[in-house]
Amino acid sequence: MRRSIPWIYMALAYGFIFLPVITLVLFSFQDGRLPVPPFNGPTLEWYADVLGDERLMSALLNSLLVGAGSAAVSCALGFLAAYGLARHILPGSALVRGLLIAPMTVSYLIIGLGLLIVFNNYGPGPSLYAAAVGHVVINLPLAFAIIYASMGAQQENAERAARDLGASEWRVLALVTIPMLAPSILAAFFLCLTLSWDEFIIAFLMTRFDVTLPVEIWSLLRSGLSPRTNAIGSLVFLVSVALVIGLELFIFGRKRR
Amino acid sequence: MTASISIQAVSHDYGTFRALSDIDLDIEAGEYVVLLGPSGCGKTTLLSTLGGFITPTAGTVLIGGRDMTHVAPARRPTTTMFQDYALFPHMSLRDNVGFGPRMAGTGRAARNAKADALLGLVGLKDAAQKRPHALSGGQRQRVALARSLAVDPDVLLLDEPLGALDLKLRRAMQDELKQIQRKVGTTFVHVTHDQEEAMAIADRIVVMNGGKIEDCGPPDRIYRRPGSLFSAGFMGEMNRIPGTHKEGVIETALGALPAPEGSATGKITLCLRPEQIGMGKGAWDMGRALITDAAFFGTHFRCHLAPEAAPDMDLIAHLPPGARPETGSSVTLSADPADLSIFEAEA
Repeated sequence: MRRSIPWIYMALAYGFIFLPVITLVLFSFQDGRLPVPPFNGPTLEWYADVLGDERLMSALLNSLLVGAGSAAVSCALGFLAAYGLARHILPGSALVRGLLIAPMTVSYLIIGLGLLIVFNNYGPGPSLYAAAVGHVVINLPLAFAIIYASMGAQQENAERAARDLGASEWRVLALVTIPMLAPSILAAFFLCLTLSWDEFIIAFLMTRFDVTLPVEIWSLLRSGLSPRTNAIGSLVFLVSVALVIGLELFIFGRKRR
Repeated sequence: MTASISIQAVSHDYGTFRALSDIDLDIEAGEYVVLLGPSGCGKTTLLSTLGGFITPTAGTVLIGGRDMTHVAPARRPTTTMFQDYALFPHMSLRDNVGFGPRMAGTGRAARNAKADALLGLVGLKDAAQKRPHALSGGQRQRVALARSLAVDPDVLLLDEPLGALDLKLRRAMQDELKQIQRKVGTTFVHVTHDQEEAMAIADRIVVMNGGKIEDCGPPDRIYRRPGSLFSAGFMGEMNRIPGTHKEGVIETALGALPAPEGSATGKITLCLRPEQIGMGKGAWDMGRALITDAAFFGTHFRCHLAPEAAPDMDLIAHLPPGARPETGSSVTLSADPADLSIFEAEA
């Protein structure tokens, strides 16, 4: 009895975490109109329906575009900020670092509202572009923090050696600094992509006609539950899991070796 | 490819701390010079002024007769081999060594040929495709050397290049460094705090302390006839015998001896290496002494001795390995006054 207590506890803990996802995935195969028990046997009908839906597929494409674009911009800006702050002694650099990371503590709703007000008056107005800008605002601090943390004396010495061997500043960056930091830059990229892929509040506030997938799912949910939404959710989940596994295999796995 | 160096009245301050104070030093083309001193003595700062990583507060650095004081590292005919080697972990050894030629615009075939030749010089011909993390410490050091030599520097600057290696490997690499320097003929300036390394490798040793040059000369001269009390103590174990010099005669607790010409007067310190003290009668009789401790070192017994004339003094002597000196017995000691180094006593 004593021995089984930890196992029971573990089963309960994992059940608590994974039951919603398992339910979601299971009832996406539901043969019927409602994603609730009893389970009537498997069908791929809803997946066919979802994959054939043009609105959903274009939302999925939009999400990928916004995610990849905002992640790329976040990483580029984050890398430049990290490089500058790690390699040069600037007046008030602690303050600059703090200000760069500070947006992490502000809720997405507040950031979204602020961007909405600004963009309505001066910017491009609600669009995918505006949503991507919003995602850069929330992801930049993260990308900066990840890349800054991985800049150590090892790269600095290698950069110094490269300069000593005649490399110009651009070639030091392109041939030494960026390749040496590639694991953390890629990690930051995939993390930003994942967060942008899942993000709803800012995307909801910043888009109007072309929307991202989470916004599209939300508007579907307003017309009630259906195994269809489960199927979409499962697909989204699958993409996220694939990203995380890819991250683990290609980046963190390589680092450990 | 080789060049002479002339350091003229160079000083450098870090804030209020004076790291280098009015340094003058001339190094000949093709010479192997070792800057030796304890940490914080300014040796690495001096090397950095040669490499161009530091612009000195005052003074001039000439390399090959040209003023290089304000020239950036990449534009100097120098290369620095860094203490942690600073190899590029994401490149093969061949690309590491070929990096300098690549920056100079050399084509791929030519720079690969050059890299392979240099890897051959340092004994790593078969490892050209490997990455640095697959190498041992000694091998990384060799790659760093090959990479530095690939740009045909006139002067190679080595910042504690053997510091990360274990003792045995360090001794082996010393010989190798010296051989390679002979082969390529480049001027080497090498920084270390290990006096044995300095003696094994240098054509000339520059002993530094507190931002100043204490002594400068060939290893045997620096060791046997040190130019200052500091350099005498830093180069190895030294017996210091206090004395007074008055009108050509030096009085010590161990007896009097005629003063060599030009010695300091007043209160002085006599310096004598442990191996310069012998048993039996000699040119300077130091009287009888009690053996308080003896340890066997293969080539000699290292003995602690308390002279009968001054029982508080602790002399260290290297006695012949043939007969074990018995602790508690007494021996007659002597030395040759010509071996003595005489300095003004420290206040």
